[in-house]
Amino acid sequence: MFFFLIKMNFKGKDIISIKDFSKKEINYILSHSKKMVPYAKGERCTDILKGKVLSSFFFEPSTRTRLSFESAMNRLGGRVIGFADPTATSQKKGESLADTIRMADSYSDVIVVRHPQEGAARLAAEFADVPVLNAGDGAGRHPTQCLLDLFTILIEKKKIEKNNIVLLGDLKYGRTVHSLAYALSLFGTELTFVSPENLKMPKEIVQECRELGVEPKHTSNLEKAIKDADVLYVTRIQRERFPDAEEYNRVVGTYRVDNDLLKQAKENLIIMHPLPRITEIHPEVDKTPHALYFKQAFNGVPVRMALLSLVVGGKL
Amino acid sequence: MKELKIQPIKDGTVIDHITAGNAVKVLHILEIPKTSSSIVSVAMNVKSRLGKKDIVKVENRELDTNEVDKIALIAPKATINIIREYEVAEKHRVKLPDEIIGIVRCSNPTCVSNSSEPVKSRFKVISKDPTRIKCYYCEREPEDIAERII
Repeated sequence: MFFFLIKMNFKGKDIISIKDFSKKEINYILSHSKKMVPYAKGERCTDILKGKVLSSFFFEPSTRTRLSFESAMNRLGGRVIGFADPTATSQKKGESLADTIRMADSYSDVIVVRHPQEGAARLAAEFADVPVLNAGDGAGRHPTQCLLDLFTILIEKKKIEKNNIVLLGDLKYGRTVHSLAYALSLFGTELTFVSPENLKMPKEIVQECRELGVEPKHTSNLEKAIKDADVLYVTRIQRERFPDAEEYNRVVGTYRVDNDLLKQAKENLIIMHPLPRITEIHPEVDKTPHALYFKQAFNGVPVRMALLSLVVGGKL
Repeated sequence: MKELKIQPIKDGTVIDHITAGNAVKVLHILEIPKTSSSIVSVAMNVKSRLGKKDIVKVENRELDTNEVDKIALIAPKATINIIREYEVAEKHRVKLPDEIIGIVRCSNPTCVSNSSEPVKSRFKVISKDPTRIKCYYCEREPEDIAERII
């Protein structure tokens, strides 16, 4: 449910970690995101960020995050500069991230950065005067993904609170589930973590959930966990995060969501996935009403439009 | 005649009640003698009412309280005594500051603070008792703080 919210000022604010935001601020961003939906779909037009430039610096591969940020900036009437392949930049010559960011700071009004090292976005924010948005830093944080996940749950379930949410897959290296577990705990949802033994949720994340008053359940039994779930959030086992191939091969394919499994699920269960998926969700699930992951990917556009307009200072 | 192992100092700072065995780490954190040409005396494993302790005496220099407070990371019970004309002019217990910069290395090997970027390690103190710190950059909490002193 969307409530009337007191106006908040986000102009110039960095978006680095979901932990930098209160529940009230998150609700404000989600409310603003809802207003952006018709603009994100192209049903309405706006040029509130006309004349503004976004630096889009992706030091790691990305499809949805990069394209949805670029789509968001374009839908707001702004322009985008940047790169998706760092090998074609001075990083290849050994330039530091700090120097690259100093340059972007003088070329643009807002910076979006994805980087393989944890904490890179926080560092970027130290060297930039313009706002920096974290588009994923290593196995660390991915706040805009977290916000679009919350937005998807809110739109589909009408509320975030009191849902029983199952996080499945690589909970150790998956950055989206770390941010999401924290944010869902802020809203007081029920949490169940389902993962192979060696990909369990890190204990510091579990501790954060507890400190917010949520006691997550842990299991490796997906069949059991899915019965009471309102939301099933599936993640890919990420080959690129594994220190060795042997460990990866041991766990890949442990879980697979298919129509057979879904026979045990609630009728209104929604399945989310930050994408890309490999084998963890069978394509037959795509046609069921449970499949929300492509709509979730679209939601990246209105949420990122909301964030860009709030931090750069454009008003609808 | 009883002989003192370390003579009293006329002017300067005495850091007392350092956890036994940690005096050298304390000097390292305070960058002594790098930042000072004062005479420094160190006593280790000195008997006291509460067991053993280390003591550091820095002559002719009054250490800045905020600077010394960071030793609370490894010597939480230490006291700082400012000495003037052989008398204790000021005395207080170390208090952990809210932020620790450039002293502890992040336990996360892929944290940006462990790379060649031009930044010092930086930790927020999230609990003073027990001591818990969290990396400002990657948000990881090191468990073995004393082992990670740079």
